[in-house]
Amino acid sequence: MIKVEHLKKAFGDTEILKDVNLVIKPQEVVVVIGPSGAGKSTFLRCINRLEDISSGHIYIQDVDITGATTDINKIREKVGMVFQDFNLFPHMTVLENIMLSPLKVKKLPKDIVYKKAMELLKKVGLESKVDVYPDSLSGGQKQRIAIARALAMEPEIMLFDEPTSALDPEMVGEVLDVMKQLAKDGMTMAVVTHEMGFAREVGDRLIFMDGGYIVEENKPRELFDNPCQPRTKAFLGKVLSMGQTLAVV
Amino acid sequence: MVDFRFDIIAEYSHFFLMGTLLTIGLSLAGVLLGTVLGLFIALGKLVKNKWISFIFTCYIGFFRGTPLLVQILIIYFGVVPSLMGHSNGVVAGIIALSLNASAYIAETIRAGIQSIHKGQTEASRSLGMTHVQSMRYIILPQAIRRILPPLGNEFISLIKDSSLVSTIATPELMYWAQAMNAQYYRVWESYVTTAIIYLLLTVSASYLLSRFERKMDIK
Repeated sequence: MIKVEHLKKAFGDTEILKDVNLVIKPQEVVVVIGPSGAGKSTFLRCINRLEDISSGHIYIQDVDITGATTDINKIREKVGMVFQDFNLFPHMTVLENIMLSPLKVKKLPKDIVYKKAMELLKKVGLESKVDVYPDSLSGGQKQRIAIARALAMEPEIMLFDEPTSALDPEMVGEVLDVMKQLAKDGMTMAVVTHEMGFAREVGDRLIFMDGGYIVEENKPRELFDNPCQPRTKAFLGKVLSMGQTLAVV
Repeated sequence: MVDFRFDIIAEYSHFFLMGTLLTIGLSLAGVLLGTVLGLFIALGKLVKNKWISFIFTCYIGFFRGTPLLVQILIIYFGVVPSLMGHSNGVVAGIIALSLNASAYIAETIRAGIQSIHKGQTEASRSLGMTHVQSMRYIILPQAIRRILPPLGNEFISLIKDSSLVSTIATPELMYWAQAMNAQYYRVWESYVTTAIIYLLLTVSASYLLSRFERKMDIK
């Protein structure tokens, strides 16, 4: 379980997150939407402390990760993250990308890590790419490998920071399919995305962020059909009229 | 020029050979020790604590901001005697060239590290790696490909710069050229021969380096 209390984050004088409170329950899929500059990505990055937070508390499994004595590396082992621009390690093969952290961080034996890596590659449908370098993969394939790499650490929660935003349209589906399967398997997920179809179909809860606050949250269907706040209405009105149909996925 | 005396070149050929070997040795030692030190200094300069970082900035500033010749003289007449009790041209030469090269190499390495996209660090940290693991497995292996070409240039500069240690009577190539000139008062024979040998060294070094770089490019 993740509990966020009064999270604030400022870059210099610019306040990005003003007061964010949220509880993510085990196996829950929380989808975060909102206009650019709303603080969605920053919020996600605070959860595994890629950003230092200004004030407030974040608890992962009842451990306050904002504490000065917290071993952040131990926390990050439990929190997987998938980035917009994949960030695969270009000097390593697909297999090495996936195996590196379990071997070096968790210090698991090689045969177990290899077995797990092959399972994950099968899960994301890329067993045939085991020995190639990331350069020769398409964007969608890279992102699926990035997901497999994060899963290899057997995290308790996965954070997705706009995982399909850097992809060509025809590759979005293959990545969303992997994420859907992951949600079905019971992974706890926090997803920042602009894919409203995915949000509607897969999300257990939809969060609308704007101006550094969580403006509104509800079940996806209800938030889409009956937004309460004017800002939510305005945002949904814009993105849904831009051709983002809800039936895409 | 008409009476170019090949006989005295032949007479000195043994000295030129020994001098050339020492020049190669000094340059190799300088670039190897300089790289080890340079890596340490680059990482030191990248430390977040600005006081620690400042110390390394000063080090780089001193060795890049003062003439190598001055550094050689300080180390030969000052530093080495106070450490060893007496001075030694080869030791002082290696120390001076390594320290000087390390300052330049540190900046090369720092630039190489900083040229690696921030996402690489973030991805590795998000997988639970420590700062050291992230450097060792992710950042440095990628940075090294970008560092290699300028490091090769540094080696070639070092071959030429090592001629300055002739001033502290280290018997490398330039030292023997001056010795020959002093004995026979023959400018062309001594210095043109030396120039050609230096040229052969630098050209073959850059040839070897470009071959090595091509090899490194294959993943």
